Amino acid sequence: MSGKIVVTGLGATTPLGGDVESTWKALLAGESGISTLDYEWIERYEIPVTFAGQAKVKASEVLTIQECKRLDPSSQFALIAAREAWADAGAPQVVPERMSVEYATGIGGVWTLLDAYDTLKEKGPRRVLPMTVPMLMPNGPAAAIGMDLAARGGVRTSVSACASGTEAIANAIDRLRSGEIDIVLAGGCEAAIHPMPIAAFAAMHATSRKNESPTTASRPYDVNRDGFVMGEGAGALVLETEEHALARGAKIYAELAGGAVTSDAYHITAPDPEGSAAARAVLKALAVAGATPQDVVHINAHATSTPVGDIAEYNALKRVFGDHLGKIAISATKSSTGHLLGGAGAIEAIFTVLALHTKTAPPTINLDNQDPEIPLDVVTSPRNLGDDNILAISNSFGFGGHNAVIAFRTYQG
Amino acid sequence: MAFSQDEVLAGLAEIVNDETGIATASVQLDKSFTDDLDIDSISMMTIVVNAEDKFGVKIPDEEVKNLITVGDAVSFIVSAQG
Repeated sequence: MSGKIVVTGLGATTPLGGDVESTWKALLAGESGISTLDYEWIERYEIPVTFAGQAKVKASEVLTIQECKRLDPSSQFALIAAREAWADAGAPQVVPERMSVEYATGIGGVWTLLDAYDTLKEKGPRRVLPMTVPMLMPNGPAAAIGMDLAARGGVRTSVSACASGTEAIANAIDRLRSGEIDIVLAGGCEAAIHPMPIAAFAAMHATSRKNESPTTASRPYDVNRDGFVMGEGAGALVLETEEHALARGAKIYAELAGGAVTSDAYHITAPDPEGSAAARAVLKALAVAGATPQDVVHINAHATSTPVGDIAEYNALKRVFGDHLGKIAISATKSSTGHLLGGAGAIEAIFTVLALHTKTAPPTINLDNQDPEIPLDVVTSPRNLGDDNILAISNSFGFGGHNAVIAFRTYQG
Repeated sequence: MAFSQDEVLAGLAEIVNDETGIATASVQLDKSFTDDLDIDSISMMTIVVNAEDKFGVKIPDEEVKNLITVGDAVSFIVSAQG
């Protein structure tokens, strides 16, 4: 066994597009997926944040009525992304017992949970839908995918707030290297554009209040950033052992070279300003990849556009890369997509894979005045990454002090 | 005001369509919910509570198993209106 793990399928539904191709095209074009929310509950509850990154294509336009009735919106997005990734991988014939799912959500079936509680209060227990429990459970998205693709080698859910999606992909490495599993569907999803989570994030002043200018509200590294912008959607990747992929003649996008997870044990929401545990996650991921910091040419940063978080990540990167940091092309794609919470790591993994595959780092929009305290080489228009074999990482950090980092490398057969 | 048999059938067809996507024209008196319309027990429970709301009747849980066909349900609802 070579021990190599390769990426053979990609799927997504995001605020930029209903699939990977349209999302990537819009990302490279510098578009914003953020818009004003047109719901009566914004006024009814006087919600202080009135915009978000809504999925460009409604799940109901893709799935059957029955699927929409029986799956929470988070699982609906997950299923759409997973099916695209699976088809993109060539819908391979696999041994079901040697296929697993590693899927993430940050919040789980929050729409189902709160709708059911509203129904209980207004109409009584008999009106609570019989599918409420399987719809609201956080493992619902992973289970829906596992059922759909007939994965019988284990269906697991990573829940680590905004690090969840990246953590799920890091966990897939362990599964594939165990020798028990040939192929994994990995990724993450979120569907939390609901008045309660919006109000709750606003209450902790984590989200941007730029209600008058939604498309420029998500502005990582800019001096005028004031918080993240919530997004919704899902991403999915088909990951398999190199042997398995080659044996079936699969198209290979890139190598998933390494991944690591660490924890701050510092504060429940604030990142450790020193970034030592985050730095350790980067170093561990590189060690798993058999690489050094000097090998990294591109980073898809966590960069949520919060005043504190963007600086903490910079400090962690400075700690790892030192002077080499100035040679790394940094993309902060949440500027276009918003922050998909449990889905963020998944779509950013896809962007990192495509950056390697197409040798193009995607742009960061809305960077009008770069924060002088964050002197990174931020990519603001699509940038060629050269023809060499290269390594890139994607970072995700989450409330709870979760740090997750994955490393991808140009595939060399 | 009581609903007529035709009104109950039409209303029930709308509920079934909303829950399952089955065309309203397919929901006919002689059709079996499970064998003809392929409606499972979970959808059936949702259809029942929605029918209770729509027609202002009570359909006891122990009665649901006797509602084999659409006609059974329509007859029960029409008579339950009193």
